[in-house]
Amino acid sequence: MKNPLDSLWGTVITGLVLTVVLYYLARAMMGG
Amino acid sequence: MEFLQYGIGRWVHIMAGVMWVGLLYYFNFVQVDALKAAAADNPPSGGGITKHVAPRALFFFRYAALVTVLMGLWILGGKADDALLFKERAYVPIGIGAWLGLIMFFNVWALIWPNQKKILGIVTATDEEKAKARRVAFLASRINTALSMPMLFFMVASGGLFRRAVFGA
Repeated sequence: MKNPLDSLWGTVITGLVLTVVLYYLARAMMGG
Repeated sequence: MEFLQYGIGRWVHIMAGVMWVGLLYYFNFVQVDALKAAAADNPPSGGGITKHVAPRALFFFRYAALVTVLMGLWILGGKADDALLFKERAYVPIGIGAWLGLIMFFNVWALIWPNQKKILGIVTATDEEKAKARRVAFLASRINTALSMPMLFFMVASGGLFRRAVFGA
């Protein structure tokens, strides 16, 4: 599998996905 | 609607602004003087980027990171532990943003700068060491680019009406 960080758009998509994951994590930590 | 306007809208507003002003500062603090110095090289060195642009850019890059983190910790003040240890519900977003910022700061000072010194010849390195340094610096830089997106999201959604609009709390 290619490293997504080798491409600029792969990096941007990685950042977006991480934002969504952390958003739901933060909501859970804040009690829903 | 408030989530879109105050959450996504403000996030994109600040990301675009960071790119705009960051490049503005790059041109003014780095490129103009660096190219002037490169043009004055006698005989021409042909090393405009490695000799003049990159060292100046990396100077402002790493010290801007340092000032950002120091000022951020100062702003958090006595609430730094509430944020970094997620002790208070309202400090969860800024805590996540602060941790992402600290990881980025580590990458700058512990990975990018030491490896860039090898790449640019500021410290001596073999060709093999330089090749490895290029890969490490590149990946650390790409990781920071990816981390900057959630970092800015949590920074801008951490206070007052913005936090209520984005997290409902």
